[in-house]
Amino acid sequence: MFSVIQLPGSNDDRDLQFALKSVLGADARLAWHKDPALPAETRAVLVPGGFSYGDYLRCGAMARFSPIMADVRRFAEAGGPVLGICNGFQILCEAGLLPGALVRNHHLHFVCDFVHVRVEHARPPFTSRAAVGDRLRLPIKHGEGAYHAPPEQLARLEERGQVLLRYVDAEGRTTAEANPNGSLANIAGVTNERGNVLGLMPHPEHAVEGGLGGEDGRVILGSLLDAVSGARR
Amino acid sequence: MSGRIEPTVDLVLAREHGLTDQEYAQIGAILGRTPTFPELGIFSVMWSEHCSYKSSKKYLKRLPTEAPHVLQGPGENAGVVAIGDGLAVVFKIESHNHPSFIEPRQGAATGVGGILRDVFTMGARPIASLDALRFGPLEDPLHRYLLRGVVEGIGGYGNPVGVATVGGETGFHECYRGNILVNAFNLGVVEAERVFLAKASGVGNPVIYVGSKTGRDGIHGASLLASAEFDEESEAKRPTVQVGDPFTEKCLIEACLELMRTDAIVGIQDMGAAGLTCSSFEMASNAGTGIELDLDRVPQRERGMTPYELLLSESQERMLLVARSGREDEVRRIFERWDLDAVVVGRVTDDGRMRIRWHGEQVVDIPVAPVAHQSPELDRPVREPADHLERQKLDPASVAPEADLPGALRALLDTPGLGSKQWIYRQYDQLVQGNTVIGPGGDAALVRVKREDGTATELAVAMSVDCNPRWCWLDPYVGTVAAVAEAVRNVACTGARPLALTNCLNFGNPERPEIMWEFAEATRGLGDAARALGTPVVSGNVSLYNETSGRAIFPTPAIAAVGVLEHWTRHAVSHFAREGQAIVLLGENREELGGCEWLARRRGLERGAPPQVDLEHERRLVALLVEGVAAGVIASAHDVSEGGLAVTLAECCFTGPRRVGACVELADRLRPDALLFGESTGRVIAATDDAERLLALARERGVPAARVGETGGERLRVGAPGRHPWLDEPIDELQAIWRDAIPRRLQEG
Repeated sequence: MFSVIQLPGSNDDRDLQFALKSVLGADARLAWHKDPALPAETRAVLVPGGFSYGDYLRCGAMARFSPIMADVRRFAEAGGPVLGICNGFQILCEAGLLPGALVRNHHLHFVCDFVHVRVEHARPPFTSRAAVGDRLRLPIKHGEGAYHAPPEQLARLEERGQVLLRYVDAEGRTTAEANPNGSLANIAGVTNERGNVLGLMPHPEHAVEGGLGGEDGRVILGSLLDAVSGARR
Repeated sequence: MSGRIEPTVDLVLAREHGLTDQEYAQIGAILGRTPTFPELGIFSVMWSEHCSYKSSKKYLKRLPTEAPHVLQGPGENAGVVAIGDGLAVVFKIESHNHPSFIEPRQGAATGVGGILRDVFTMGARPIASLDALRFGPLEDPLHRYLLRGVVEGIGGYGNPVGVATVGGETGFHECYRGNILVNAFNLGVVEAERVFLAKASGVGNPVIYVGSKTGRDGIHGASLLASAEFDEESEAKRPTVQVGDPFTEKCLIEACLELMRTDAIVGIQDMGAAGLTCSSFEMASNAGTGIELDLDRVPQRERGMTPYELLLSESQERMLLVARSGREDEVRRIFERWDLDAVVVGRVTDDGRMRIRWHGEQVVDIPVAPVAHQSPELDRPVREPADHLERQKLDPASVAPEADLPGALRALLDTPGLGSKQWIYRQYDQLVQGNTVIGPGGDAALVRVKREDGTATELAVAMSVDCNPRWCWLDPYVGTVAAVAEAVRNVACTGARPLALTNCLNFGNPERPEIMWEFAEATRGLGDAARALGTPVVSGNVSLYNETSGRAIFPTPAIAAVGVLEHWTRHAVSHFAREGQAIVLLGENREELGGCEWLARRRGLERGAPPQVDLEHERRLVALLVEGVAAGVIASAHDVSEGGLAVTLAECCFTGPRRVGACVELADRLRPDALLFGESTGRVIAATDDAERLLALARERGVPAARVGETGGERLRVGAPGRHPWLDEPIDELQAIWRDAIPRRLQEG
């Protein structure tokens, strides 16, 4: 079962549940942030987009103190797959489950648009349905999506293959024009060292139906579904 | 009067509250005594133009509001229309003009917040927003600041609250230099059987306050800010602008919808203009009951607030609801879950009076009905402006023919009104809730409908908001008819069946007879067009006093149309989707230059009679579009509006995911500038794989139609048959001009 964390200010929680349940046919439920623990049947955790607690402080800075987050941390440390999308990515960074930080877009505007990202590594649990170099067309919608990390950390991330997704142009090149928010090294998604926690700014849940944003988001959510099918915590 | 110093209530104070001498006398007659200070405050807001519609009522009563699919017309928070499958849509548009001019970010943000509450108050989940915005010229740094601020405000509220902004319109004109317009539209979805109304019924039932605490913000926003014109001192009114908190609103939406799934409440109303006062009076009045309130129980953000302040505060994100007796704990539990206040502040009574206590003292005791529904109805003097017919005079022979047709097209694409609005819409979440089939940039937005349990339906709702203010200034009747026709036509261009209208009527000072004449003419046009097209007016808002130092805006009746599409996958787009499709012009080209953009930009003339509207033709055209899209004959359809055929064709070529050129031949014997840039109504550019079938269908439906060209290539070529083309332009160049129209003026590439 997929547990989608519902925080006050989560906006894409129901969309994520819809994508997993109604489109991919998986069992996906909302898990309330005040609950002390994840449901026992949880096989993967998704932290959705939105503006948790209004994001009046730093994005994600409040949400990491929600009661359920302690169990999300335990779940991740035990190797369970955790996917943070947009605000979820920001929360996982604030919680220390992912390296780096997301800061204000370099152009200082909120940006909603479709972008291309390139899959840098094809592997479970998030990109097994892709091949290295595949381009995915996914939407972004955020004001604080510029990925930053100190140079040494960035080098380590690259070395260890933690950069999973990068903004590219339609031809697959990592150009400055293709970078929608000023992320270092065009980074759109990173994992933790172990590879079981992924944060990404683009929204796979808003690209799962043809005619409604395309279907490229299924690559990521479908990979996760493959990974947890039959898997045990 | 322990612990507070209150001014003595007399005629002078009443005047300061915006009440007339006659109204003050009427208050005395209703009460049989001098009102208390809080009572005077209550009357002043309830009888303000903004809340009472006293100048406009007479005309609004004449609008068509009924149809079998209309479940709720005007009079509630928003209109409700059935869309099939047991579902209904709830929608309304509302102005937040004055606050946005004074403080663009918060003004626009709270405009969005207010319209959202109008919709979810009725039990609907808000799914889509539109915004109709009008600014002065972007050459003016003030208006660049206002545009930036308003867009930030709309995004800064709409994005966190999790409702997609899917369209709208943005215009620029000198007449808005002293008074911008910010009209926010929202639409929500509800089960038709589960619509909630603003009713305080059931004597003894608890009245519960939920949401944010009450502060001193926004006192007299409705009466002093929205119901008076601007002058040099308007800046000082900044403290009457409220501050929005989208996070609380988001929690409030979820908590209210959760509560509405139970049967614990009997009525609910948001605290918008005039806050606690307006909401409690409306609820009691709608149910024919009374209410007893204890102000000491109202959650307060500041210490030492007086009854006057508590009653008139326009603090945002607050609702008033009436629960069934004994269900208070259930209500409290749900709101606690979302960390929101829910406090019993009073009870429903049977004596038809509003009785309000504070510190054990009765500070208000007023009969409900006279305040809420016997507010003054004015029959203000009406006079046709002396120069009105003069404005419409235009001798086409005196208008020099366009010597550079390609240059004119480029100039038009470069105007901020006609150019791309991508700079604006990129700052809004257009996708949240995962239903956006067609977002900003199409003729109408198209949004798939989900049920509250999260399951998807086949249905989609189309919506568009339109107005050509210049036409409305030249002829308010024809201009408003044209706005209705355009909004309805835009909805039909997606393939959706138009159902109903909402409107935001923005005008100048109603105390001037010429403005009242404009208003009378516009509402007459609205009524006639709505009747002819079978789209009743189910909700709306009037915004008067849109002028500064005696200079009024152009009459700007923003008309929003809503329609339903039975199968969301079977829709048309507005851009050319493929090469090799036949281009068919639906409707007829006429030599009408009056009021068109070309005339204004290239000849500096804002005059002439606006293009005539044939409502019978519009009705047939709508039927043809709906049928043609459903049958799969129409692949794309784009309404011809500002900029005429040339601009419309250019947009068809470059607004899609990839550019598709076109080669068009027009056999009409009109002067080329009128043919290319004239703005005759009732026209649509359609692309089809089966021109014969589309032409046959058009014949059957009685719509003039002609095959005028084919899609393909990388240029837009338009000319007369067998002649050197008037236009032969590379599409990428046209697109670049159009795309940069706003960013280059903001110095943002």
